[in-house]
Amino acid sequence: MTARNRELFALVPVAILLTAGFAAVFAQENAELGNLSLIYGAYFLALCLATHVFLRIRLPNADPYLFPLMATLTAFGLVMIYRIDESLARDQANWFVLGLVLFALTIWFLRDYEVLERYRYTIAVVGLLLLLAPRLPGIGQQVNGAYLGVKIGPLAFQPAEFTKLAIVVFLASYLREHREVLIVGARRVLGVTLPPLKHFGPMLVVWGASMFMLVFIRDLGSSLMFFAAFLALLYVATGRFSFVVIGMAMFLVGAWFFASTVPHVHERVEIWLHPYESAQESGYQILQSIFAQADGGLFGKGFGQALINIPGTHPPARLLPAAETDTIYALIVNELGLFGACGLILTYLLITARGFKVALLASDGFSKLLATGLTAVFAIQAFVIIGGVTRVIPLTGVTLPFVSYGGSSIVANFVLLALLLLVSDRARREAAERAGTVPLGVPA
Amino acid sequence: MNRQIVKLFAFIVVLFGVLVGFTSYWSVFAAEALKEKDANKRPLLEQQQIRRGRILTADGTVIAKSVAKGRGTEKRFVRRYPEGSLFGHPIGYSFVRFGDSEFEQFHNEELVGEESEFSSILDELTGGTQEGNDIVTNIDTEAQRTALADLEEAGFGAVVAIVPQTGEVKVMVSNAPYDPNRVPYNFSKLSTNNIERPLYNRATQGQYPPGSTFKVVTAAAGLESGTITPETTIDAPGSLEVEGTPLQNDFNEDFGPIALDTALTNSVNTWFGQLAQQVGEEQLFETMEKFGFNARPAIDLPENQVEPSGVFGEDGELLHANDPVDLARLGIGQERLLATPLQIAEVAAAIANGGKLMKPQIWKRVIDPDGRVVDKLDPSVYSEPVSGQTAEELTTAMEGVVSEGTGTNAAIPGVSVAGKTGTAETPGNEACGGGAEENQAWFMGFAPADDPKIAIAASVECTEQFGNDVAAPIFRDVAETILNGE
Repeated sequence: MTARNRELFALVPVAILLTAGFAAVFAQENAELGNLSLIYGAYFLALCLATHVFLRIRLPNADPYLFPLMATLTAFGLVMIYRIDESLARDQANWFVLGLVLFALTIWFLRDYEVLERYRYTIAVVGLLLLLAPRLPGIGQQVNGAYLGVKIGPLAFQPAEFTKLAIVVFLASYLREHREVLIVGARRVLGVTLPPLKHFGPMLVVWGASMFMLVFIRDLGSSLMFFAAFLALLYVATGRFSFVVIGMAMFLVGAWFFASTVPHVHERVEIWLHPYESAQESGYQILQSIFAQADGGLFGKGFGQALINIPGTHPPARLLPAAETDTIYALIVNELGLFGACGLILTYLLITARGFKVALLASDGFSKLLATGLTAVFAIQAFVIIGGVTRVIPLTGVTLPFVSYGGSSIVANFVLLALLLLVSDRARREAAERAGTVPLGVPA
Repeated sequence: MNRQIVKLFAFIVVLFGVLVGFTSYWSVFAAEALKEKDANKRPLLEQQQIRRGRILTADGTVIAKSVAKGRGTEKRFVRRYPEGSLFGHPIGYSFVRFGDSEFEQFHNEELVGEESEFSSILDELTGGTQEGNDIVTNIDTEAQRTALADLEEAGFGAVVAIVPQTGEVKVMVSNAPYDPNRVPYNFSKLSTNNIERPLYNRATQGQYPPGSTFKVVTAAAGLESGTITPETTIDAPGSLEVEGTPLQNDFNEDFGPIALDTALTNSVNTWFGQLAQQVGEEQLFETMEKFGFNARPAIDLPENQVEPSGVFGEDGELLHANDPVDLARLGIGQERLLATPLQIAEVAAAIANGGKLMKPQIWKRVIDPDGRVVDKLDPSVYSEPVSGQTAEELTTAMEGVVSEGTGTNAAIPGVSVAGKTGTAETPGNEACGGGAEENQAWFMGFAPADDPKIAIAASVECTEQFGNDVAAPIFRDVAETILNGE
């Protein structure tokens, strides 16, 4: 079976999942089953099929599982958001369509994605400038003490979602060029392998950027996510584990310093360590998130059955704050139980596996590093927010990729997917050529 | 680079494994402990989504019901008490924000319904929702109404009426009453009102000096131990020197040598004081304990809302047979003896039931949402404080109290009544405002004396009147209402 046919078949369960999910929510809310859920399922399937046909034409050799897996997450997210608030789900569906459009445009215009390498500094600077935007007067927005949002007229977005792409592209390109020097130039000082000083500068810049995010944007989650992606790339590029250790030490020292001096960051850490000390105020969100999980148990309460609002409050007071964004994972555990949560984590793991598979197959350094970076930043983002909700690490305002409500997140992640598929298409075609078999898709 | 990519993947697998581990911990392993946390209002809110069963009186009057508000996941049930303050005690209330009390609290599990893993999975599959069971109580609406109306006229206090043979509680009233419907709006006011103390059930929590009603217990100890027979006479002077202070009869009346009938009919202090001394501390305490003193009554109300009766030491501890007490004064219901109206009603009920004390119970039947009776009261014996013969002898003496003695206001035309008055002087009682003439007035008894249908205790706080004036009429009205309703 060709890659695209496998993709086509893999989309069928996604559409069924979405239809069943909507049906369950409807059944809970209206006690009668209209055909609305079927219509929603059909729309979703039609969009997926259109995307599939597009991929069939443009990227016939691309990985067949990545798109269906991400569509699964999107479907899952849509059902959960619909269950929280219908109008939010409609927004999210629009964002999904926009995401697909950007996905298609990326694939259309970036077929030769090496062009990104040429603009790597521009991309990096634009990415960092984007990060600054939320602090600019007039357009910046503060959410829960962190400066994450930008609002220009009716358009609001979270620049960090796009910056993560820019940083990965830059690092992949930069490390592709300098990895040899970093390896060869490394010296051992007191038993520790240090990178050459000359090339240490850019690393310090990245470290500085994430510290800057911690202090200026006050976003521990994004900061952690960026720096972890950086370390992952550095490790893959150089194979020096000691660099990772040094980087981690630098991050921890910086984070510790700022956690004790910047009140917002300090508070986040305090809440994480001692949530019961402020159970009604700052600790409310993490505690409610954990209580929601405890309420779910092994199998969960079923779609649409969990309590999100405190009944009888007008306007509804949230029992589980930010259920459609930050704590959506807690709601999933609440409604689908430990089993549903494991399914979700497994989906992320499968995407990660497919992403790294793309990196393994890729033949040139930039492609390898790009695929690795995109996959790593995606996986780490999932870890940061799920880890936050489950109190593994402090809870921060990072979205759960493809599942959380949020236009920036959906759109940025579809661009991420497009880039991965671009790398994948070329890698698999070249791999097939090396193996002597003629790829089935006809390159355009 | 491929080797590193594989290692990186392995690292991410480990990270995700940690997520699965933590999720398992919160959702399964620590789930029960988390549900117990004070900060976790989820279990309460979820209980609110279940239609709690109704509470009914024996005649079908709805005491408590749940009405639905909102739809979908917003749907919740709110408790309504159609009769307002009539059943505030002993039914209590149940609201998410203010918790629950009394009968609502004690019978919570039945009212919410069984929650087995099996039925909840089944519910999910069928889309059905958990529903609570109805509970029918033994309460007699009309008698409860009569008791409350009388008591509101007489003063703060309580009335308890028990069916002697089964322990069924037909009336339990506490004045000041409160309307459970007002709890969500007036909670702080209701709970901090230290004068009326409306949330406090005087029938089970009010510890009062029982006064002369306790002479029945002393007499029971005397007869049961063989210290006296109904014919035994004891010389009863107008005053008796006990522990350095004189123990006096009313108006210092000297009765000379008299037997039990005369002594109880006229509530002769010096007679019962001497009897208690003759019976001895050990025997008196034994009889008391068999009647239920020194323990919380075995009624279906939460422990923290049922107080024991007995002799209380300085630190509020219950005294026992080997502690030093003034026996003569204990024998006439003084000393440091305190009793709840429920306890005194139990004394009357035990004698009415030929000496067998039944466990008092408010509930009668549990009915599931399909109308099936899933459980019903099986009357059980708490103890046998006196023999049938002793009970008969006591009944005869108590009949004299009502027919020609201190409790004539309890008489019901055409019905023989056995009873005993009590008037404990409580001068300077802070709860009454510290007046010098304040009494705790009592009446306890049962009717008809020859075939008891109901045993009742009525107690009024802070009154300047005697048991026969304020408590006996309440007994009469409530007993009449119940007997007429049979």
